[in-house]
Amino acid sequence: MTSDRSISLGEAIREGLLQASQRDSSVIHFAEGVDDPLAVFGTLKGFGDKIGHERMIEMPISENALTGVAIGVALSGKRPVISFQRVEFAMLALEQIANNAAKFHYVSNGQHNIPLVMRLIVGRGWGQGPEHSQSLEGMFAQFPGLKVIMPSLPEDAKGMIIAAVNDNNPVLVIEHRWNHYAVGNVPTEYYSKDIVGPKKIRNGDAVTLVATSYMTLECLRVADALSSVGVSVDLFDLRVLRPLDLEPIVQSVKKTGKLLTVDTGYRKYGIGAEIVSSIVEICFNFLKLAPIRLGLPDHPTPSSAGLIKNYYIDSIKILESLNTLIKLDRSSFEGVKKNIFNERKDIPIDVPDPFFKGPF
Amino acid sequence: MAIIMKLEYEKSIELYACMQRIRLVEEAISTRYVEQEMRCPVHLSIGQEAAAAGVCLALETRDKVFSTHRSHAHYLSKGGDLRKMLAEIYGKATGCIGGRGGSMHIMDLDVNMVASIPIVGSCIPLAVGSALADSLDGRDNVSIAYLGDASVEEGVFHESANFAKLRDLPVLFVCENNLYSVYTQLHERQPDRPITALAEAHGIPTYHCDGNNVEEVYRSTLNALKNARSNKGPSFLLLDTYRWLEHCGPNFDNDIGYRTEAEFRIWKNRDPVILYKKNLLKKGILTEEDTVELKCEIQKEITAAFDFAKNSPYPDHSTAINNVYA
Repeated sequence: MTSDRSISLGEAIREGLLQASQRDSSVIHFAEGVDDPLAVFGTLKGFGDKIGHERMIEMPISENALTGVAIGVALSGKRPVISFQRVEFAMLALEQIANNAAKFHYVSNGQHNIPLVMRLIVGRGWGQGPEHSQSLEGMFAQFPGLKVIMPSLPEDAKGMIIAAVNDNNPVLVIEHRWNHYAVGNVPTEYYSKDIVGPKKIRNGDAVTLVATSYMTLECLRVADALSSVGVSVDLFDLRVLRPLDLEPIVQSVKKTGKLLTVDTGYRKYGIGAEIVSSIVEICFNFLKLAPIRLGLPDHPTPSSAGLIKNYYIDSIKILESLNTLIKLDRSSFEGVKKNIFNERKDIPIDVPDPFFKGPF
Repeated sequence: MAIIMKLEYEKSIELYACMQRIRLVEEAISTRYVEQEMRCPVHLSIGQEAAAAGVCLALETRDKVFSTHRSHAHYLSKGGDLRKMLAEIYGKATGCIGGRGGSMHIMDLDVNMVASIPIVGSCIPLAVGSALADSLDGRDNVSIAYLGDASVEEGVFHESANFAKLRDLPVLFVCENNLYSVYTQLHERQPDRPITALAEAHGIPTYHCDGNNVEEVYRSTLNALKNARSNKGPSFLLLDTYRWLEHCGPNFDNDIGYRTEAEFRIWKNRDPVILYKKNLLKKGILTEEDTVELKCEIQKEITAAFDFAKNSPYPDHSTAINNVYA
């Protein structure tokens, strides 16, 4: 499937959700402000007029009960999609997510299905601060019975959100707000991308690089900058955190002997912790150097633009860590670093990066 | 106004038989629990039979019940299969969910017992969601959320009540007030105000019944169901009752100090099964011989069901990983 049409990931999500809702009348939407003028960052814009306002269920500010209500309608054959404007609001619904959504199929011995999509949006920048910018995929990925996905690229996002709506399991779709701005080619027609496995988006032999969500874009910048000095890396966009398919990463590490993981969320107890420990168990004899994990530091996200100066992982930090594994000569390293630096130039650190335009 | 002034003869007997069956089943579980073959927590309903029978016998099979950790009586009243329930408590493959949940998760789609959830208040929004689906699709089913007196302390109750009334959904909140949350009395947890006031604050009509009077519970339920089926929205039933045994387990525990023997005796004198039996004997609907015969029949069923459960195989441990994903 090819397309010359470029749209943002946010628009791709909207298009996928709309097409899925138009094809299947059992799809209903829940959100706080589901049908309001901004319609969840535009991702549900115009849905009421297109699929019927009765299928747009306004959520009172009652996240736990309304998640339970969505599970209840799912038990009755509907395909609910809940959009949380920030991950933090879904924390109020953790009881229903962890106890009911994740376990119904198992506890009922396969009699109940919960075809539920929960969209959790990660904020970043413009002083969002401690409780509007958490990326808590590590916590959600702990629960068997949930599927947890973090699409990074527009074409995947559309196909995977359609697959999530069609899936008979509860699927958490964690969307990074800055990924919403990433632009790429996206086919106009309805299509589904299976919720499976990491996707290799760059091919190489120097090192295995595994990233989630927005960090995939930062890693892409590094991978492409490195190619200018003749270094190629295997870059995986993990995409699906649960169920986790490690096999492509295992095969890659057997080839490169080196692994760097980059979490969008916390480094400690993060996705990288799971991947590195599994790879060490499975590929110990293939590793040439100790793997490296990158992720958010061990403190909450401060609001001030001054305080976040060193908080997020960016492509320069990724390059520096990567270099301890691949050991470029000094002039190559400085050249690559300068190229990356020039791309971002003087864009403030608290606004999205306009660099990420596909094709990816 | 009660929609039925006089209960049909058959319905009276059905209500009585249902309560007697619950009582004898729960007593049998209590007696046999010491054998340590039922290897899961059990929350027994002895003393609370009228709240289960009076509500569930007013329902149609298509109506859906969502229950709690104390679900045996609800399941049996909804028409559940005693063999499948006991097998589930014994952790057997023939249990209603193959041993996946045990006593605290009794469910059976054959009788629209959709779920039992042991976390306080957790089943309430599920019932509301089920009612939302029926409302969107124009089916006149009613969904029942069973809850205890402690559930109204949970935020999720208020969130659910608000939404159910907002959309006038066909749901019945049935609050069994047995005065205790584990060992803690109601007055230590809630101020001195009627529990029904909480539902009324959400604009929901309420019924406050003697939860040990099965006919009163049954009639109130019929009224509430009529409202729900004519798109007039949710109702809240408050049923005052009492748990005879310990919160969890097979024993009396009046001696450990959280409640008095005197209080227990007051409630025991209001035994819902005995009260209704006397009522029916007095009306000449039942004779002593009828009640003895009924007990014998139920005991036979119970013996056979325990044999079935005990003789059923455990599920193979290799299947424990199945059904994580659909």
